[in-house]
Amino acid sequence: MKLKLTFLSLCFALISVAQDYRPKNDGVKANNKNFTAITNVKIYVNHNNVIENGTLLIQNGLVVESGQSVNLPKNSYVIDGSGNYIYPSFIDVYSTYGIKDAKPAPGYGRSTQYDSNRSGFYWNDHIRAEQNAISDFEFDEKTAKALLMQGFGLVNTHIKDGVVRGTGALIALDLNGDEAMRILSNKSGQYLSLSRSVQSRQAYPTSIMGSMALLRQLYYDADWYKKGNIKTTDLTLEAFNQNTNLTQIFAAGSRANAIRADKVGDQFDIQYTILGGGDEFERIEAVKNTNATFIIPINFPKPYDVEDPFLADRLELESMREWNQRPANLSALENNEVPFAITMQGLKSPESFKTNILSAIEHGLSKSEALKALTTVPAQILKNDKVGNLEKGSFANFMMTSGDFFESNATVLEHWIRGSRHIFEDLTQKDIRGTYNFMAENDSLTLEITGAKHKPSATITSQQSKRSSTLSYSKDWVQILFTAADTTDQRFLRFNAKITTDASDLNGVLHLRDGSKQALIIKRENKGSEEAEKTENNSKSKENKNTLQPVTYPNGAYGNLKLPEAETLLFKNATVWTNETQGVLKNTDVLVKHGKISAIGQNLNSKKARVIDATGKHLTSGIVDEHSHIAAASINEAGQNSSAEVSIEDVVEADDVDIYRNLSGGVTTIQILHGSANPIGGRSAIIKLKWGMAAEDLIYKNSPKFIKFALGENVKQSNWGGYSRFPQTRMGVEQMYIDYFSMAKAYDMQKKSGKPYRIDAEMEVLAEILNKERFISCHSYIQSEINMLMKVAEKFNFNINTFTHILEGYKLADKMKAHGAGASTFSDWWAYKYEVNDAIPYNAAILNNTGVLTAINSDDAEMSRRLNQEAAKAVKYGGASEEDAWKMVTLNPAKLLHIDDKVGSIKIGKDADLVLWSDHPLSVYAKAEKTLIEGATYFDIEGDQKRRAAIKKERNTLIQMLLEAKNKGMKTQPIMVNKKKDMHCDTLDNNEI
Amino acid sequence: MKTLTINITILLSVCMLYAQQTPAPAQQGRIAINGAKAHLGNGVVIENSLIIFENGIIEYVGAMNASIDRSGMEIIDAKGQNVYPGFIIPNSTLGLVEIDAVRASDDVSEIGMWNPHIRSLIAYNTESRVVESMRPNGVLIGQITPRGGVLSGKSSVVQFDAWNWEDAVIKTDGGMHMDWPEIFAYGHQHRGENPGLKINDDYNKEIAEIETYFKNAKAHNALGKKGVHLPYEALNGLFSGTTKLFIHVNDEKGIVDAVSFAKAQGVKALTIVGAYEAYKVTGFLKENNISILLQRVHLRPNKSDEDYDLPYKLAKLLIDAGLTVALEASGDMERMNSRNLPFYAGTTVGYGLSKAQALQLITLNAAKILGIEKQYGSLEAGKSATLFISTGDALDMRSNNLTRAFIDGRNISLESHQTKLWKRYSEKYKTP
Repeated sequence: MKLKLTFLSLCFALISVAQDYRPKNDGVKANNKNFTAITNVKIYVNHNNVIENGTLLIQNGLVVESGQSVNLPKNSYVIDGSGNYIYPSFIDVYSTYGIKDAKPAPGYGRSTQYDSNRSGFYWNDHIRAEQNAISDFEFDEKTAKALLMQGFGLVNTHIKDGVVRGTGALIALDLNGDEAMRILSNKSGQYLSLSRSVQSRQAYPTSIMGSMALLRQLYYDADWYKKGNIKTTDLTLEAFNQNTNLTQIFAAGSRANAIRADKVGDQFDIQYTILGGGDEFERIEAVKNTNATFIIPINFPKPYDVEDPFLADRLELESMREWNQRPANLSALENNEVPFAITMQGLKSPESFKTNILSAIEHGLSKSEALKALTTVPAQILKNDKVGNLEKGSFANFMMTSGDFFESNATVLEHWIRGSRHIFEDLTQKDIRGTYNFMAENDSLTLEITGAKHKPSATITSQQSKRSSTLSYSKDWVQILFTAADTTDQRFLRFNAKITTDASDLNGVLHLRDGSKQALIIKRENKGSEEAEKTENNSKSKENKNTLQPVTYPNGAYGNLKLPEAETLLFKNATVWTNETQGVLKNTDVLVKHGKISAIGQNLNSKKARVIDATGKHLTSGIVDEHSHIAAASINEAGQNSSAEVSIEDVVEADDVDIYRNLSGGVTTIQILHGSANPIGGRSAIIKLKWGMAAEDLIYKNSPKFIKFALGENVKQSNWGGYSRFPQTRMGVEQMYIDYFSMAKAYDMQKKSGKPYRIDAEMEVLAEILNKERFISCHSYIQSEINMLMKVAEKFNFNINTFTHILEGYKLADKMKAHGAGASTFSDWWAYKYEVNDAIPYNAAILNNTGVLTAINSDDAEMSRRLNQEAAKAVKYGGASEEDAWKMVTLNPAKLLHIDDKVGSIKIGKDADLVLWSDHPLSVYAKAEKTLIEGATYFDIEGDQKRRAAIKKERNTLIQMLLEAKNKGMKTQPIMVNKKKDMHCDTLDNNEI
Repeated sequence: MKTLTINITILLSVCMLYAQQTPAPAQQGRIAINGAKAHLGNGVVIENSLIIFENGIIEYVGAMNASIDRSGMEIIDAKGQNVYPGFIIPNSTLGLVEIDAVRASDDVSEIGMWNPHIRSLIAYNTESRVVESMRPNGVLIGQITPRGGVLSGKSSVVQFDAWNWEDAVIKTDGGMHMDWPEIFAYGHQHRGENPGLKINDDYNKEIAEIETYFKNAKAHNALGKKGVHLPYEALNGLFSGTTKLFIHVNDEKGIVDAVSFAKAQGVKALTIVGAYEAYKVTGFLKENNISILLQRVHLRPNKSDEDYDLPYKLAKLLIDAGLTVALEASGDMERMNSRNLPFYAGTTVGYGLSKAQALQLITLNAAKILGIEKQYGSLEAGKSATLFISTGDALDMRSNNLTRAFIDGRNISLESHQTKLWKRYSEKYKTP
């Protein structure tokens, strides 16, 4: 009898039932109606129903019964599973098993591709609802076996490519059967993401916010199509509409993107199941508020190798914290009752699954929750009650383990898929571990057999020395090879024996060096120390538990352990720059209460207030930056010449340390503008720099609506390789605007007429401009085009609110004033492009003198924290008064943003957004000492010193922990620094998710 | 003929468009500046000063009440104003690029890794409108530096009011510029790597290549032949001491490695440029007598967990350790922003330096590092009369306001393309 001993597959004839309509060509048709019973096992029927010492009875690939007293039918095949455990097969709902990576479209030519590759499908190639995983599926035996050995018996696989990726397929990993047995569902869930398809080079979307806008438009279009309003065929929309009843699985890949995905879903009453990123614990409340079920990867970062202090210095605190904290993510989700499944996605090898799940358990995840996340929750996600449990009638998908799966020493012995048995370790194999004595060639030898029961190893020692030896053991036969006492002799001794009972002597034959053989009984002294081994294992794994560093908001350097709160504060004896008719008041007190400015005057008193001595210091309102690109995950949607449908509000990044650095420069409010890659850009986000709060909470309440427009070299793509998108000249830019506003006008009329219309997110936004509900801030340099845009606006009866940059504004200040446009300019930038040749630092002063509402902006993450210095340049260049100059970075931008009712000056009733300066605020020598937003202190120069000390201490603690991890023999990874990209007007995000 | 006329017209109009202020003629007669607060650039401030210069050379710097006969002199009454030595911008590409985005106007970086023979001076454009915009803020001298490769080439020091590069030059080919390898390198996205920083596995190999190059150069130069191998021969001055080596390096390990390398190779004079992490090895740098051209002050920290003001206070950390430090300004938009050099220095005052120390960062210290301190960098008798008068504190944008400026005693124009446009358009909007 030939047997594959390492991996044994027995195929029970249960499966023929399903296929009995097929002809059988190699024998007679014969149905096996036998039952199979596994007895004496601990059965997890599901994560909270456990049967001790039970029996599992199955037939035809389904569970018949499980319990402590099961009546076995006569035709039962009984397997004694004594001492072993049975669990339902794990399910991975975010798998790409059996699906090859999508083939990237070839890239050639110097120009960007704006059109789609396909016809008969949706206009955008990144929407691929018509894809079905099953059509690309190929069974992969090797991976399937590896998964089965880790406990995974089912995968919901999909084509991981595109914003909409089409349907998944639920595959049972049966190595013995065929596809007919393996495919449990060929349309199981629809997959979505924010990432582009690699199968097309169509430019749109280039950004996360573009992907979000595209999805939204897709939902509108699918609805319009469903209602029969589109007369041509669109196979994508048809498939998309058919897939709406399936579970919608959204591959967000991070906490921040999960919240973005959920926001899209909420708009269309769709609750996505969301693939997370392992960082959910950082803002668990926001994650919980999505009400989504999550799919969480279990790929924890390896410890960094920090032995080289030079290299270690470059490692960010944030990365060290990731390593330290992420193993506790699942526990945080459990404690906060966020439902989740676990996926192997992102794991380099299936083998690390076990290590990581044990680590998660060490860091607080309960075993029952772990099992739930691998069985019950995935089944719920797939809306399939026949998998993930061993209830009566469910598929007989289960594994048998040598002990508690969630302990390090338990191994998967067998895995059954729909009743089809896969054996990894022979249950009947005897335990030979222990210490033995024997004589060979007149030497008295000791044999020690240790290690895993199914893969033991041997050590042979004589009195003097250790002998080299190997041991192999399979299917009842043990073979031992060892060297002689004479170490110069190259020859070996061999011993083999058949094992018939546990813990017996080894009764076999010894083959001597000279080729002769003799019978030999190797005498057993005592039983192996399995217990000792177990405790050793446990104590070893406990050492791997990280002492967790506390989570801060945001969870990186300078984060807050506790969010700042509004206080009652009294600033005494300050020089107060009111920006109001009172001008600059000397020796003045300012009282702050309930987040507002409550009193301004002399000798103010308040019992409740914390008093701040501001003698010799200057108190101003917070700086407002009209043009910023910090705190955003993307800046440009460059895939089309108009992208009014996108919004920076979708991609605000609350964790950007530049928020903190801006606070250190006295900035309290910024407008995050879309970039200048296209004439009609995207909508803005106006945020307050409430460092520590979640992205949604930074956005200005009742925010005025803004959109970015742009003119000049960037939109005509002069300075990079874009030659295929209209417009390529300033002439074209005018016509494009007229075209879009004409379309928007027609759209708005149709909408207002009450007749049916296709909702178009882009037109909705442009119509808001026509209806004076949305303001434009337009990136601009050259006077000709600035004049043009004012004329286009006038033609459509609206105004340009702000020209930003506006470096040639001084050439047509009179026209801007007549039109009513404001200006937000750089203090002294020029000569970086041809169109800024005539940019002069006197611009702000000339515009201001002419009566144009003038602000000075940054467009730069470094300059933004020195806007007080930039304002001073309006005094230097062109002689603006100091009060006027100061207003250019406070009240004037507040007016431009239509938020001057709340911010921009020190006036009773306005928000207490205040900065205390060490010196005259326009001076290069001035430092912000305190920065308040709505009465809460978000930056404090003394508090900052404490934060620095804490960072230094924590860095050292973590480096010591990392060193210890390496010393313990854990695999390390080399230091990496995920460089955050600095965003400017012309930055494109790489849209990597 | 007609074509010719048109061509000439175009040529003329182009020249008109780009022509800068006419360089000032040589100083005639003696000039005395009376009563100004004199910031000498060497740490000394004279509240009520007298400065006299003739033939471009300072004759006297001292108290206003000195008994010197001032008859026949041009007297500049500068009471309540401030006098400073002309500011110096080292490691600069001024005059090598006119407009960043216009490739045709860019002469900053030659191809190839080993170009020690390249000379920036001959590409320096005295007519650059960017250069002329330096003067109204007091920036009067620059070290014009080539970029790119491992050995980028030689820099020269020029003054900013000249007809041509021969007139402009103060020190020819005095600096050799080298980019030290980085211990971290960005991943190549097109190779499927993470675009972030990863350890540069080739660091040691790259250093070995530099060592080999230097050794080869010395071997070749031992022959004493000229015109056979231009790059190797260009290195000669490093060992004889006529050329100073400027190594551009920022990280702690790189700085130590670079200094050790230069020492081992017998390089006579070395300055570290950039020097972001030099504050971590000040003792070592002091021991080896290494001067620093410190990176632009107005930058953010490299890492999210560093002090927000680290770039602002680096100068203080290095000066306190007793090192010779001057400021440079390379990086994004470096040329147009070089006129902010005084404000870079001013910012260091908010973060610990005294105003006199901050001033030295852009005057005498810079002159010392560039090897022109005998003529420039401070207001001292016998030195060039390269100086300016500002109504207020010139390190503060709030008060930097030049009324007069002199280069080698020549009374230079403070006008520019920009001031002309300012005046033209201000005039346009004047209500009649």
